[in-house]
Order: sequence, then C-alpha cells, then structure tokens
Amino acid sequence: MKVRLIQYAHARSGDKGDTANVGVIARKPEYYPLLLRALTAERVAAHFQGICLGKVERFELPNLCALNFLLHESLGGGGTLSLKNDAQGKTLSCVMLRMEVDTDEPG
Amino acid sequence: MKESIRIASGQGFWGDLPTAPVDQVRKGPIDYLVMDYLAEVTMSILRKQQLKDPSLGYARDLVPLLEELMPEIVSCGIRVITNGGGVNPLACRDALFASARKRGVRGLRIAVVHGDDILGRIDALGAAGAALTNMESGAHLASVRDRLISANVYFGAAPIVEALRQGAQIVITGRTTDTGLTLAPMIHEFGWSMADHDLMAAGTVAGHILECGAQASGGNFLGDWRSVPDLAHVGFPIAEAQPDGTCIITKHEGTGGLVSEATVKEQLVYELGDPTTYITPDCITDFTSIQLAAAGPDRVRISGVRGRPPTDFYKVSMAYHDGYTAIGMLTYAWPDAAEKARAADKILRTRLADLGLVFDEIRTELVGLDSSFGPRAVPNEEQNEVALRIGVRSRDRDAVERFGREIAPLVLTGPPSVTGFAGGRPRATDVIAYWPALIPKHLVTPVVDTRSMEEEAPR
Repeated sequence: MKVRLIQYAHARSGDKGDTANVGVIARKPEYYPLLLRALTAERVAAHFQGICLGKVERFELPNLCALNFLLHESLGGGGTLSLKNDAQGKTLSCVMLRMEVDTDEPG
Repeated sequence: MKESIRIASGQGFWGDLPTAPVDQVRKGPIDYLVMDYLAEVTMSILRKQQLKDPSLGYARDLVPLLEELMPEIVSCGIRVITNGGGVNPLACRDALFASARKRGVRGLRIAVVHGDDILGRIDALGAAGAALTNMESGAHLASVRDRLISANVYFGAAPIVEALRQGAQIVITGRTTDTGLTLAPMIHEFGWSMADHDLMAAGTVAGHILECGAQASGGNFLGDWRSVPDLAHVGFPIAEAQPDGTCIITKHEGTGGLVSEATVKEQLVYELGDPTTYITPDCITDFTSIQLAAAGPDRVRISGVRGRPPTDFYKVSMAYHDGYTAIGMLTYAWPDAAEKARAADKILRTRLADLGLVFDEIRTELVGLDSSFGPRAVPNEEQNEVALRIGVRSRDRDAVERFGREIAPLVLTGPPSVTGFAGGRPRATDVIAYWPALIPKHLVTPVVDTRSMEEEAPR
C-alpha cells in the first residue's frame, strides 16, 4: 500500500549554510523499520530533485527511531545570500513528509 | 553539592518572545537563566551598529529586560548567562551597571567573556598559521579578505565556568556556543572535570535542547501540532541537571506548551549533521547514544549520553559583504492566478534584459503554490490566488535599485487581477555572507573580566 510518509513520521528541518537538514522521526518505534527501508538516500534525492542540487546524505539514530538527512546545495546559497522565501529550509520537513512510501515493500 | 540545578532557556534567538525570560524568573524556581541571542549573521549586524555608534554592538533588548529582572535576580540568587554581548560585551556591561544604579540594586557582579573578536588580528593569525580557509567551500580567505565585516571565534563553556567561579551573577559573552551557555553551570555546580567527555556531552545535549527556546516545548512542533495546549502562554524549556549527567527537560507548571518525547526529539534533530559527531569546543557528542524516557507530565529524562575528546580547533564565524539583493511581491487572483503570475514574471525579465541589467541571480517563486515544494508542488486548477515573489542579487547596487522600480509598473502594464503592492518599492539590501573556518585553539585565548558595580566608577 502506498501511503504518505506523514502518517508514519514527523519531522523538523533547518539550515547550515547552503545545506538543509531534515530529521525524520517515526511516530511509533514499530514504524522505524519502514523508514529505514523506504527512505534510502537515493529515493530522498529523487524526491527532492529540483530542490536539492547537491548530494543527499543519510544518518541513522536508532535510539530516537529517527533518520537525519543532509540535503546539500538546497537553500539558494543559504543565509542572506539566498533569494528563496524559505531560505532556511524550515518547510522542507513538509516536503519530505509528503513523500509516498510503500508499506508492503519487503524488508 | 546540589542534587540538581534548574537551568531555564529565556531566548532562542535575538527577537524571540520578550515575555519568556520574565516568565522563567517569575513563574517558578530556577537557578540559571540562559539566553542565546546570536545566529550566524547576527555578529555582522551588531558590528554595523557599533560602527555607527561605538557604545553599541550588543543585543540592546537585553538591558531593559535585565533592568526589569535585576531585583529578583539578586534577591533569588538567579545567575544569568547570555551571549547577547555580541561584538561589544564591555559596553553591554556598562549599560547594565547604569541600569542597576538606576534601580538602586547594589553589589551586582557582572563578568564579561571576550577575546573572541579576531577581526583586527586576521593577518597576524594568518602569519601564525591560521589560514581561515572556508571550511565548507575550501575557498581561500584572500578572495573576501578586503570585504570582511566581522570575525569571531566560538568559545565553549570554559570561560563561562571561570566567570561563575569568580562570582559573577550575570555573565555577558561575545561569540560563545549556544550549548556552552547551558553546559557551563553544570560544570561549575557539580565540579565536573572537562576531561570527562561523557559529562561534557550530557551538558551539551541539554544545551542543544534549550538553545532554540520553545522549539523544545511545543513551539513549531509538527508531530501533532493541534495537541499542544495554550501556545499563547508557552512555557520555555527548563533543564533539571543532575551531577551524574542525567537531565530532565521540563517547563514551569501552569504554562502552556508541551514537553514530550516527541517535542524533544524534534529539537534534537534540528540543525543536526552527522549525529555521531556533534562538534563543539567542549567535546564531540554522540547523539546516537542519547536515551529518552517520559518521566511524568511535561517531563522527559535524558541519559546515557556519550562523548569523545574535543578537537584542537575552534570554529570561526566570519561575515563579509557580497553584493545586494531586493525582493518584490505582487498577488494575482483567480482565474488563472499562477498563469498570470508567470506571464508577469516573463514580462519583467524581458524588461530587465532590455535595460541591460546584469544579475548574479533572478529567482521567481509563486508563494501559495511552489515556494516550498518546488517541482513537487501539486498544480491546482482552482488556485484562488498566488503571490509572485521575485528576487534579484548583484554586486551592482544600481541594478538592484533599478529592479525595484520595475515591480509597481506591472500593476497597470501586465496581466490583470493583481494587487498587494502596498509595501512600496523593494529596496536594495546588503548581502552579508557567512564564512565558516577553523582556527587552532592555541592561537586564541578567551578573556574573563569580572567586576562588581562598586569597582566600576559611574560614567
């Protein structure tokens, strides 16, 4: 079944220069394996195509049932240089949570 | 030794909720009030203020705020730690002593932590081996050397600990890490060795949770935002630290907001890089070691934090001039709102090209449609309205100003059903670009200067 990630996770995003970070947290511990399986760096990069112009890095925080993504070159230069309405990437958490994930995908 | 100390977050950034530090002092018991004022570009803004008036260059809101709280701070023995001293913490202290005299407060001791400002020593430091290469892009400092506005080293907890040891009731610092503000009182009260990296990391995690104010206690909480009660009276977070490094995150009783595992987790991942390697001057913290547990209503226990030795470098935050930007907005209404906005954008770009104006970047976003979602935006045939937002950036100030005069004419010379041009012509704004670098720790030394108001002659 294809569902939007927001049913299974919440998130917060922020900036470090031109890099955005998106922390994705499983709403329940039993959802964490789904995040691990569905949110590969490659898929997240594909989802953010046109927003993230650089590479995507993924880090795991099993203790928080969370993943942290770094989206390089995503903020129009970052800081006061950026012409973006969301120069600090504050809403990229929502872009992430709109992603569709397949709950039936084998682990 | 105390069994625990209560460290309260009063501000998450310069411009945060003005009542928050007052509530932290008045709505329940606290031992320390910590206030973070400095974002990455704040130092350069403060530097500009200081260039206009040498007695400025610090977070000015701090003075009336602490003036109001001074009697309670003194009578309750609350100690205040803030990096609101900006580029001129000594002037901040002068202003605070003047306030204390005005309010008839006696015996106040204020420490200033400075030595972080290296702008005047860049060349000497370069000769001593600090190249200050951009740690993100790898670019050489020479490319921006003549455009630098500010250069500040991020100090950690150590100089604040020294200030507390010298008996300061208020500690005013220049550029210190947000996390150091919270870690320092733990080191001071519990006699922690800074060589105990796990304890340094435990205090650093508490500092990371507190450093953005209410973002840990229900503000900006995406998990289940409707479930957060009474954000109008949100209580800012408080860390109840214990000598073994365990810490309870909570807030004052009777305040709004929410402290839960979910709200704390969202703050833990905020502005996080590699979670195993969270670098501060005090230690390297492993965020994958943090253990979280609910510990009652609005109480979350943090334990198990592991750390490693710090690096041999301080981070340096520098700012430099990098041209100008201006941003204009117009709102287009149904029908065909987005199509009309795109047509207007095309007309504007044609006119700018006809004028021969050259920009480093022109960016168009349709707020209400794609400014956050970009190519992921879902088209909406029945779009009620969109705001066309066009920004330009250039080294040529005249070109940016000229762009500002091309927005209003679109109202009568472009597509129909357009409004929202009430703010006047977009103005050229200085771009203050950020230059992060590293410097060997042995090349810079923090200065701690603690004085009582009686030692300081009125000026």
